[in-house]
Amino acid sequence: MLLAKSLPSLPDCLKTDEALIRGCESKVWLHIDLDESQHNLVLVGDSDTRIVKGLFAIVLSMYSGLTPAQAKEIDAYAEFETLGLIKHLSPSRGNGVRAIVDTIQDKLSQW
Amino acid sequence: MNNIAELRHDFPLLTRAVGDQPLIYLDSGATSQKPQCVIDEINDFYSKNNSNVHRGLHSLSESATSKYEQVRDKLAKYLAVSSQEIVWTSGATESLNIIASGITQSLSSNDIILISALEHHANIVPWQQAAQLSGASIHIMPIDKYGVLDLPNALDMITRLKPAVVACTHASNTLGNITDIKRIIGTANQVNATTVIDGTQALMHLRPNLSELKCDFYVGSAHKALGPTGLGFLFGKYDKLNALPVFKTGGEMIDTVSFSKTTYRNAPAKFEPGTPNISGVLGFGAALDYLNAIDIARLKEYEQTLFKYCLSQLQEIPGIIIYGDMQYNIGTISFNYREEHHYDIATLLNSYGVALRSGHHCTQPLISELGIQGTLRVSLAFYNSHADIDTFITALKNSIELIEG
Ligand SMILES: Cc1ncc(COP(=O)(O)O)c(C=O)c1O
Repeated sequence: MLLAKSLPSLPDCLKTDEALIRGCESKVWLHIDLDESQHNLVLVGDSDTRIVKGLFAIVLSMYSGLTPAQAKEIDAYAEFETLGLIKHLSPSRGNGVRAIVDTIQDKLSQW
Repeated sequence: MNNIAELRHDFPLLTRAVGDQPLIYLDSGATSQKPQCVIDEINDFYSKNNSNVHRGLHSLSESATSKYEQVRDKLAKYLAVSSQEIVWTSGATESLNIIASGITQSLSSNDIILISALEHHANIVPWQQAAQLSGASIHIMPIDKYGVLDLPNALDMITRLKPAVVACTHASNTLGNITDIKRIIGTANQVNATTVIDGTQALMHLRPNLSELKCDFYVGSAHKALGPTGLGFLFGKYDKLNALPVFKTGGEMIDTVSFSKTTYRNAPAKFEPGTPNISGVLGFGAALDYLNAIDIARLKEYEQTLFKYCLSQLQEIPGIIIYGDMQYNIGTISFNYREEHHYDIATLLNSYGVALRSGHHCTQPLISELGIQGTLRVSLAFYNSHADIDTFITALKNSIELIEG
């Protein structure tokens, strides 16, 4: 809950259909790009539910500022396991955290 | 006669925990829990009596066949119809598909299919398919802003549009509303419309008497009435049922087969190809025995008391918005808290051991008519207690505090 409040909301103009991650009960928007130096990742996102937004904040903090090569090495599942949050990644949760992680990895593989 | 409040002890699953909290099961609309006798019956079948039905002369098969057919009689009696009018299916969804696809061939582009705005996707999508293939058009019987069917409007539409088909739910899975299907069927019969009633949610709570309701078709799923999953039924008035074309084909349903031509048996056999869900049927038989032993008037009274109690407790929480018919209801309450996403509250409630459903409940058109994204849904059954509701309300208040905190 607190983490969700700490993550700033996306302006509505960035909540586009292209940024929407499908396959979740909640809506999740994700933008991922390289910063001005073209080295490090910048990720912004939002969700219409507090819990997913809070989990999303954790995911974003794992990847932000890394180079794409470093980011590819991240095992978000293992990180969630250590945080005791792995149940939120189960497919039946339908909350899209799994989809967020998979989408990030998918985008990384395009760099 | 049994005390209804004691019956929960017959349901072993209700004693389990979720994490370190006792389970509070408020999701009977999704599936009912099973009494021990149903579990025992299935277990007995596989450990003592397993054999196929309608084949073989050996005693095992004969006894399985006769027990299997007795359950058809039991369900027929429960619904006050005759056994040959009952077809076993894999569930309400398949039953509705058999009816809609069967009726498609007799529809043309002049025909109208009338459905209500309350329907489950299972009573929408097969009709869309029928409309697409036949050119018929679909019209919707509307609801008011609370989600209650506008009955005068619905009756007027039936009289005015003279639809070929009127398909309507007996009780809404999302809102719990009990529809006045007696008047809908009565009016539909005056214009010779084929009436298809989705009784999936009504079967256990209302014990429908179909010879009084006089509908052409009525469907349901065993798992929502104490029985196992994977089994449902289709009731059809015999002439209408037997006139439907076959849906799936194969063994058991046939009269004679040669390589050039096959003739089919009459209903119900013509709709039951292949080896049926024998253990499911036997388990459902035990469920029907169990339900029949409960006085229906007392069951309804108990469920209504629980419903009214839960409703009044919810109404006392500021910011709770409740949808649906609060008077004629099977004991299902859909609600939201202010603008909060149902997902957050359902997830928090789960951590208190409270199992309820959140989302659109397979009724997306209804949810969008109500102008919302989804709801939280409490669906009660006679095996719930006042204490369940107290625990739920406390958990809900705590969840709200966490969100607002
Ligand atoms: C009103 C209604 N109709 C049809 C169905 C479909 O039942 P099944 O999934 O058992 O086929 C359901 C199940 O949720 C329901 O609630």
